[in-house]
Amino acid sequence: MRGLSGEAAAYAAFLMDLSAFLRAFLRGRLARVPDEVEDLVQETLLAVHNQRHTYDAAQPLTAWVHAIARYKMIDFLRRRAGREAMNDPLEDDSDLLGASDEEAREAKRDMATLLARLPDRHRLPIQLVKIEGLSVAEAAKHTGMSESAVKVGIHRGLKALAAYIRG
Amino acid sequence: METDKLIAMLASNAEPVAPGAVRRRYGAAVAGGGFGALLLMVVFYGVRPDLRQAAADPMFWVKLALPLALFAAALVAVTRLARPGVRLGWSAEALLVPVGAIWVLAAVALVSAAPGARLPLVLGSTWVSCPFNIAFLSVPAFAAAFWTMKGLAPTRPVLAGAFSGLLAGTVGAAAYSLHCPEMAPPFLGTWYVLGMALPAVAGAAAGPRLLRW
Repeated sequence: MRGLSGEAAAYAAFLMDLSAFLRAFLRGRLARVPDEVEDLVQETLLAVHNQRHTYDAAQPLTAWVHAIARYKMIDFLRRRAGREAMNDPLEDDSDLLGASDEEAREAKRDMATLLARLPDRHRLPIQLVKIEGLSVAEAAKHTGMSESAVKVGIHRGLKALAAYIRG
Repeated sequence: METDKLIAMLASNAEPVAPGAVRRRYGAAVAGGGFGALLLMVVFYGVRPDLRQAAADPMFWVKLALPLALFAAALVAVTRLARPGVRLGWSAEALLVPVGAIWVLAAVALVSAAPGARLPLVLGSTWVSCPFNIAFLSVPAFAAAFWTMKGLAPTRPVLAGAFSGLLAGTVGAAAYSLHCPEMAPPFLGTWYVLGMALPAVAGAAAGPRLLRW
């Protein structure tokens, strides 16, 4: 958490990672209102920034971020429910849903083709840890790689993926 | 605004955060609330004239220990509730220890008293005003505790409000014990507990409205 001690570059990188995490987190839970996700990502980033004095270095960062994201999401849903009650419920028409599902499927397919371009030692750790949610130790056991090799694989693999995406 | 621009903007004004911000703010809130409670007590009720003799009675210290023990538990609870993703832990259960202890003392006193003397032990001579006086003295600490919590990030507003109110109630009760002439455990176990519970209930009700961020 060098970001919280005021190094602007480290902090920007942290917020960047965080925004990706939040986008995934919120997209999964707000599938019905895909257009609102980015607004809520920004609102949550702002909350993280404004409330960074409530983070205690002894506490897991993920728990802190998760709790903020959950709070902001519930707050949003509550506000929306209040608005919705006064509105015509025609707003969630099925076209919207269809489009966003299609996008999600496309994103997955793109990810799969990009992942396929990685060598096994990078691809497997990412697939096991980042997509299937195993721990580093479990992934190491699964692949027969050492734990540090798994971590390095994830790190380099994600870097390579980022480079692919940028084109 | 695009998210990337927002991030650039946030990163460009990221002054470092001094650690221990939550603790420091609560330190200030408690000092302010405690001072306010003592001031109101002196102005409206007055310190009991026989304080010197009363201080020789162990019950005087029990009466002070009850709100102070609850204060410690409530303080731990609010600093946890003010931080996203921190569990409340044992601080809620810890409230039962001082309350249970005073109830045990009260039960002993009631059992050993003559049947006709029991009701006076519970009611004392000030039961009508005691809980409201405590609630009144807790007002400055209530405002300070809510103000502090509002500047932090409570994700459970009902609990955060309840414990902020309780914190204020314990400050009010501690200040009131310097005025109050009652010494019987059954009285303390009833009216002091009720007096501290009043701001806690008010806090729970006000939390969702006042503690949004």
